Amino acid sequence: MTVLLEARNVTKVFSSGGFFKRKKTVALENVSLSIKESSPSITGVVGETGSGKTTLARLLLGFIAPTEGKVLYKGGDLQRMSRDERLEFQREVQVIFQDPFEVYNPFYKVDHVLTTPVAKFHLARSKTQARKLIEHALEAIGLQPEETLGRYPHQLSGGQRQRIMVARASLLKPRIILADEPVSMVDASLRATILENLRKLNQKFGISLLYITHDLTTAYQISDNIIVLYQGSVVEVGDIELVIKNPQHPYTQLLVASIPVPDPDQKWGQDSTPVLVSKTSAKVNWGCKFVDRCPFGMPICGKDPPPLFQTDGYRAVRCYLYKDASVIAGNAIGKDVGPKR
Amino acid sequence: MKADILQVRNLRVYYQTSLGPLKAVDGVTLSLKPRERFGLVGESGSGKSTLALALMRLTKPPGYIEGGQVLLDGLDLIKASENEIRKVRLAQIALVPQGAMSSLNPVMRIKDQIIDGIRDHLKKMPGSALEERMHELLAKVELKPEMANMFPHELSGGMKQRVCLAIAISLSPKVIIADEPTSALDVVVQKQVMLTLGQVQESLGVSILLVGHDMGLMAQFVERIGVLYAGKLAEVGPVREVFKEPLHPYTQLLIACPPSLEEKGQFKGIPGLPPLLLNLPSGCVFHPRCPQTTSRCSVKIPSLKEVYPGRWVACHLYTEVKR
Repeated sequence: MTVLLEARNVTKVFSSGGFFKRKKTVALENVSLSIKESSPSITGVVGETGSGKTTLARLLLGFIAPTEGKVLYKGGDLQRMSRDERLEFQREVQVIFQDPFEVYNPFYKVDHVLTTPVAKFHLARSKTQARKLIEHALEAIGLQPEETLGRYPHQLSGGQRQRIMVARASLLKPRIILADEPVSMVDASLRATILENLRKLNQKFGISLLYITHDLTTAYQISDNIIVLYQGSVVEVGDIELVIKNPQHPYTQLLVASIPVPDPDQKWGQDSTPVLVSKTSAKVNWGCKFVDRCPFGMPICGKDPPPLFQTDGYRAVRCYLYKDASVIAGNAIGKDVGPKR
Repeated sequence: MKADILQVRNLRVYYQTSLGPLKAVDGVTLSLKPRERFGLVGESGSGKSTLALALMRLTKPPGYIEGGQVLLDGLDLIKASENEIRKVRLAQIALVPQGAMSSLNPVMRIKDQIIDGIRDHLKKMPGSALEERMHELLAKVELKPEMANMFPHELSGGMKQRVCLAIAISLSPKVIIADEPTSALDVVVQKQVMLTLGQVQESLGVSILLVGHDMGLMAQFVERIGVLYAGKLAEVGPVREVFKEPLHPYTQLLIACPPSLEEKGQFKGIPGLPPLLLNLPSGCVFHPRCPQTTSRCSVKIPSLKEVYPGRWVACHLYTEVKR
């Protein structure tokens, strides 16, 4: 089974500050994941603000280089690609960003974001062919070409603009689409349509999706498997049904319990988890990163960082509560753990 | 039953545009009882935030208040003089703004930002009392005393939102307007901030108008809910009843919309797009998207009427309750 995109024990450290007082921030620590060529899947990546979601996306896109570890596309290191390989990578791995306002240049018509990739990757031989290709891509996601083409970004709604980005991504017939919070800035009623579009891309065209979000409910709706990040580490990974319906890591449990249920008869319980004191007070912690908020903290949690324990066939949890289960090596995620189908 | 603390009568807030007035809030009537938690939901562009700002008379040009009344404990805020309204803001009606991140002054310490408003209203308060009040407020919103000396960039989003909450309650107002107070926070922090808001509301006995678009959050927090569509109220009622049996077709779609952890399947969106406020459809503003539209809907504008006790809906499908 060939692996398309793979992160192998990736760590990213950002340093800031002056020459003598350098401050180091570990944005991502020893994260591995792989997207296989066969069986196109949707992987959800969830975590709170600052958990390293976007850093992971930028690493996988090759925008930044990992401090340790490697990101590989079809077996080749992203940082050492030849020009042709890079071009192939840029066509086959597409991205949809969070903000449908900032990705457009307000001085150009929206056609610009669609015609540029067609020209760059020589997808069409003539202008009419290019136009047809673009119209086809727009229709596939339920947009009317005559209502969208020839307009300026400010004349379209946020939902329409985001759907044009989905069309642009699909235009290039990619193998993988990375969607970084694609629906967090659009309304609930349009959110559904965009997620449906993404799911169609996966099912109809066999495109694998990495769906990065902080919203567990939409991740549950769309994904096959899920990666839960907490302060740069994978805390739980595996089949979506298992992780959401029966979360094992205390942090995942907290996340699931915090979702406001749209039912007045099903109230939030009172919260026993301590409020995080200050983001600057996060001291160097040798053990588990969640220990100061964890209701099940044990002495060992403060000493050694827990490894990933494989609690059942399709899931791994980074928590000593499951220390009887077998430990899996970090880079096995996506090989041993994954969706059942 | 006590008298309403806040009454909004036929409030109209328009924006001046080159194509004529844009009716962002068009004839909204609602009331808040003392100690009540009222939720206002709607899609973006439905006029939620415009309404929230107009209640404090903070509407800025090109927006203007075309007409109507906002009665806070008997005082009409629309007619009040600039001096009167200055005294009322924060002291009696306070706002928790949408983006806590950007509403705090980055070069002022937290304590100075909290004290600022109090000092403006209570000019004679001595410094030591101010300091004491500030620490009380920090404790109320569950922030550590040492945060008083910090700057906003040293705090996380949830903590900044708590600071905004502390400022809002600094003079024990009667009404707090919370405009999407948690939209920029993740679920865990959102829950903690909302629980704090709830505790503060109970201990101070204030009324809260929570503005937002998250139906889940509304179900968890409010007692009564109003659904805003294109600047008009489509439905108002007790939250439990509205969720159990939504009357207006728009509310029905809105409640079916959010994906849940219960069932996996087709995503349900609301077909069509929200109308352009400059070019509203005739009759009921929702009729082009409505699945239950009748011939009458495109002709006559439905008025908000009480169809069951306490349940108001603006839709031709229902007839007024006979008394």
